[in-house]
Amino acid sequence: MANIIELKDIKKVYGTVVKTEVLHGVDLEIEDSSFLSIVGQSGSGKSTLMNIMGTLDQPTSGEIKIAGKQTNKMNKNELASVRNETIGFIFQFHYLLPEFTAFENVILPYRIKGLKPSKEIMERAKELMEVVEISKVKDNLAPNMSGGQQQRTAIARALINNPKIILADEPTGNLDSDTSAKVFSLMRDLNKRYGTTFVIITHDRRIAEETDRIVEIRDGNIFNDIKR
Amino acid sequence: MRLAFSIAMRFLSSSKTQTLLIVMGIAIGVSVQVFISSLIQGLQKDLVDTTIGSSSQITVSSSENNRVEDWQGIISEIASLDLPTDLTALSASADVPVFISSGDRTLSVLLRGLQFPESHVIYKTDNRLIDGSLAEGDGEVIVGKGLKDELDVNLGEEISIFTPDRAVEILKVVGVFDLGVASLNKNWLISTIGTAQSVGKLGDTVTSIEMQVSEVFRADENASVISERLSGSALLVTDWKSQNEDLLSGLNGQSVSSIMIQVFVIIAVSLGIASVLAITVVQKSRQIGILKAMGLKDSTTSFVFLFQGLALGIVGAVVGIAFGILLIIMFSTFAVGTDGEPIIRISLSYGFVMLSALIAIGASTIAALVPARRSSKLSPVEVIRNG
Repeated sequence: MANIIELKDIKKVYGTVVKTEVLHGVDLEIEDSSFLSIVGQSGSGKSTLMNIMGTLDQPTSGEIKIAGKQTNKMNKNELASVRNETIGFIFQFHYLLPEFTAFENVILPYRIKGLKPSKEIMERAKELMEVVEISKVKDNLAPNMSGGQQQRTAIARALINNPKIILADEPTGNLDSDTSAKVFSLMRDLNKRYGTTFVIITHDRRIAEETDRIVEIRDGNIFNDIKR
Repeated sequence: MRLAFSIAMRFLSSSKTQTLLIVMGIAIGVSVQVFISSLIQGLQKDLVDTTIGSSSQITVSSSENNRVEDWQGIISEIASLDLPTDLTALSASADVPVFISSGDRTLSVLLRGLQFPESHVIYKTDNRLIDGSLAEGDGEVIVGKGLKDELDVNLGEEISIFTPDRAVEILKVVGVFDLGVASLNKNWLISTIGTAQSVGKLGDTVTSIEMQVSEVFRADENASVISERLSGSALLVTDWKSQNEDLLSGLNGQSVSSIMIQVFVIIAVSLGIASVLAITVVQKSRQIGILKAMGLKDSTTSFVFLFQGLALGIVGAVVGIAFGILLIIMFSTFAVGTDGEPIIRISLSYGFVMLSALIAIGASTIAALVPARRSSKLSPVEVIRNG
């Protein structure tokens, strides 16, 4: 199967006076429609790796290809379009816009594309919200929802533009174990249903065990890469 | 753009107190501008009106013997000129200094022979007649209210006057005027030109030709055109501006101080907006970061803040103008003199109100540039990394 993300010899150095190399030349290929996790201790460089995969951060050296496009030479606006159309983000702290309702949050990535939401997209948003079971709270402002509801809204939002990749940084880190299990199985389900690639960054071994491939980062290198 | 606008509106409406405070800030600034400028304009208009409203603004007189020959010819020549600002009044006057004896005292007064009805525009002699009728025939005269009391004469009675060359003339009092200025009411006798000419033995000459203009501050421009046209003759053209430099510099000082107040108000308002919006960038940095992570372009982020500035400016300006007009109405209603008339007749210039609104809106938008730049530079990674 084709690779959706390809990283070649990615190095990342922070600081200009005191230089700290966080990633020491990472090579990683991720297949389309896969469901994998990246694990590692905090400070191992896994979040940096995710930010680079998500084009939020630029590597100091190395090459990145996302859905066949080389992104490390793109300008900020091109990168913004790539993010908007190809990548959905799910963060640990949900990061919904508190000024907007759940429904408005879900269609935001579509509006960022610069298009007026069509009837189809409204339907799609409603359908997604049904899938993640937040239809009941669709008109609530973000702060008026439970943690689990917020995270599920964030998942629906990540999916609205039908991206090829979902990058999830500790998506269940802020949830209790019951809700956490539900959110996880939801992601699993969406991966099967839409064929979306899920890259889940976590430090929780038990969550990682449930994925199809575990990439372990230790001290800025890939320490282990287990496929099943 | 639509998205930037709707995010801007949402940001503003989500922090209502903050929005209300900035709007009030802008509104108070604008209302102070509108009020102060209208007040000072009204004050200046009043001042100019009292000082030169009832006197000649451009005067043609003789530089030699105090006699202007062929005055009808000069008047029609001036009337045919194409002048920078229109003349509202153009009339001749023949002034003769005379003495009146009252009991054991001798009063020195000025007999002014005016060209009726043209001179009504300048001296409002028709409206300011408080008793009797205008002096129309030869030998008839109207006296000032003060002079009437001093001489203790009644309508229809005769007064005798002495000219400087000791000739005695008898004039009949037919009316009483009140020009609103005590010194004029005490010192002027007004008659027709003919009467004054015969008393002063002027023949068919007058002592001056007087004019008023529609734009008083351009009187000097007219004066120079007229003086150019009349050059060669022994005539002197003077205008009120060259003779009232103190008043002019006073008016100038007022205008400058009014502009200074307005400039500082604008600066204070702009600084307020800039600082509040700068705080908003920090408050909303999380939202901006996540929007950028979802693909919002840096330029669109800037527009979110520019739109906030613009919206605050527009609402602030509208509320401010309403406030300002309210202040003016209150001032005109409550700050009245004993006669029930407002102390200062405030004049509201719509042009200036519009200008002040535009300046406020412009300043708010410019003030939003700084936070807009900051927001466009904000990196999503920082927000996500720091939570």
